[in-house]
Amino acid sequence: MSAAMVDLRDVHKSFGSLEVLRGVDLQVAPGEVTVVIGPSGSGKSTLLRTVNHLEKVNSGSISVDGELVGYRRIGDRLHELPEREILRQRTKIGFVFQNFNLFPHLTVRQNVTEAPLAAQRRPRAEVEELAARLLERVGLAGKAGAYPRQLSGGQQQRVAIARALALEPKVILFDEPTSALDPELVGEVLDVVKDLARSGTTMIVVTHEIGFAREVADTVVFMDEGRIVERGSPAQVLDSPRHERTRLFLSKVL
Amino acid sequence: MAVEFLDIGGAHDGPESGGGGGSPATVATAGPQAPRPAGSGPPEDRGSGGPAPKVVTTRHPGRWVTAAAVVVLLAMAASALITNPAWEWEVVGEFLFAPSVLRAVVFTLELTALGIGFGFLLGTVLALMRMSANPLLSSVAWGYIALFRSIPLILQLLFWYNLALLYPRLSFGLPFGPSFFDIGTMDLIGPVTAAALGLALHQAAYAAEIVRAGLLSVDHGQREAAAALGIPRSRQLFRIILPQAMRSIVPTAGNEIIGLVKGTSVVYIMALPELFYQVQVIYNRNGRVIALLLVATIWYLVMTTVLSVVQHYLERHYGKGRA
Repeated sequence: MSAAMVDLRDVHKSFGSLEVLRGVDLQVAPGEVTVVIGPSGSGKSTLLRTVNHLEKVNSGSISVDGELVGYRRIGDRLHELPEREILRQRTKIGFVFQNFNLFPHLTVRQNVTEAPLAAQRRPRAEVEELAARLLERVGLAGKAGAYPRQLSGGQQQRVAIARALALEPKVILFDEPTSALDPELVGEVLDVVKDLARSGTTMIVVTHEIGFAREVADTVVFMDEGRIVERGSPAQVLDSPRHERTRLFLSKVL
Repeated sequence: MAVEFLDIGGAHDGPESGGGGGSPATVATAGPQAPRPAGSGPPEDRGSGGPAPKVVTTRHPGRWVTAAAVVVLLAMAASALITNPAWEWEVVGEFLFAPSVLRAVVFTLELTALGIGFGFLLGTVLALMRMSANPLLSSVAWGYIALFRSIPLILQLLFWYNLALLYPRLSFGLPFGPSFFDIGTMDLIGPVTAAALGLALHQAAYAAEIVRAGLLSVDHGQREAAAALGIPRSRQLFRIILPQAMRSIVPTAGNEIIGLVKGTSVVYIMALPELFYQVQVIYNRNGRVIALLLVATIWYLVMTTVLSVVQHYLERHYGKGRA
C-alpha cells in the first residue's frame, strides 16, 4: 500500500437518496497539511467525518496510518468493526468541531485529560502534566481550572484543540474550526493551527479561510457536489485554478 | 415612565392617528430632554462637559399596597390558627415527638427511599431501553411505562399484597426448566416488601420518562465529541451525558420524590405503620382527630422542606460550569 497517513479510496456516501460523496480519492502524506475548501453542501464536512467513522460510508475504503478505519476486510467485503475497536481507532484521529463541543460540566483541565485517562488509560500524573503543557502551548496556561462557559469562543476552540492533541493522534481533522467565532477571535485560533502545521502535525482542515489556506496548506483541495474538482499547491489552486467552478467559487469568497 | 406610556399609547392609537408616526416623534423629543440638566450643551458634549445624569429607578407604589394587603391576610390566618382552641395545639405538642409517631416518620422515609432508589434505578434502565436501537427492548420499555402509568398505585399495591393468592409459591430455576428452590410467596414478599415493590415499580414508569427527557436534553454534539475522542460507551453515558442530563432531571425528580413522600400515605391500606396510618391509629384511640392530622401535616411539611433544600444544593452541584 501507499505510505500515506490518510488514504481515501473511492468513498461514496448517501443520506437517503441524496448522494453527498460521489467517489472521493484523497491521500495525505505524513506531516502534510491538506486544506479542503468548497461551497456549502459540497460534502467537505461529511468527508472529514467519514475519516474517523462519525459517518459510515456506503462504499470505498478509508485508512489512517495503514489501518482501515471502521471496517475489516474479509475477501472483497468490508465488515464494520465492533464499537470498541472503532473507539480505539479514533484515539489515533483527533477531531476539532465547528462548535467546539467542549464538555460544559468539566473544567478545562478535565476536558483535556478525560480522553487520555478514559480511552488510553494512561497514568493520571503523566496526563495532568501533558494537559498543562498543551494548555500552555495553546496559550491558556492560566485557565486550567475554568469552565468552558467562562471562556471566549476563541479560547474554547483552543481548549478543544488541546483536547484533541492530548490523545497524541496521528492526524488531526478540523471541521470549520473558526466558522462559529466572532471575526476578531478567528486569528488566535488560526495561529494555534498554524503552529501545529509548522511542527509537522498531519492535518486535514475544512475551512472558508482562504488566506489561511494560502499560508499553511501543502495541498489545497476544492470540492463541489460530492467530488474533488481540483487539487494542488495553494498557488496552483487559489491563484491559477484550472476549473471554471473553482474560479467561480474563489471569485465569490475572495 | 412617561416615555413608556407614550410608546404604548402610540401602538394603540396607531390605526386612527395615521400610522402612529406622531407618537415616536413625541418620544424622541421628550426622551432626551427629561434627564438633561438645564443649560447643558448638545448630546455629544454631555460626556466631556457637565455632570453625568443620575439614574433614578422607577418607583412601584402598587407593590407596597399589595404587600401590605398580603401581610394583613397572613396575620388573619395566623390568628385564626393560634386563637381557635379547636386546633388543640397542646395535643399536637404532646404527640409531635411521640415515639410511635417518630417511628412512623422514619418508616415513611424508608419507604420513600426504597421507592425512589429502586424506582430511578429501574427507570434509568427503562429509559435506556426505550432509547435503544433494538426494537424489542424499546417496545418492552414502552409497554411497561404505558401499563404502570395506567394502573392507580393503590390498585397495584393491593395486587402485590395479595400476590400469594395468585402464586402461593415462587420457584427459582431455569426458564420453563427445572427449579433449584422454591419459597412461599408470603415469606418472600411480606407487606413491607410488597409496599416498597409497588412504590418502586410505579415510580419506575415515571422515572423512565424523566430520565429519558433528561438524556434527550443533552446536545447531540456532546455524545459525538465523546465518541470522537474514543471514550468508552459506558463512560460516555456516566461521565459525559448523565451529569449534564441531571440538570433537567433533578428538578422533575425532586417533584417526584416530594410526591412520593406524601404518596406513601396510600400504603395505609396495607396496615403498615407509616405516618398517616399511625396518626389514624392514635386518633381512633383518643378521638383527637384534628390535632393528630395536624401532627402528620407538620411532619410531611418538615420532610418535604428538607428535601427541597437538598434539591436546591443538588441543582447547584449539577449546574456547575453554567454561569
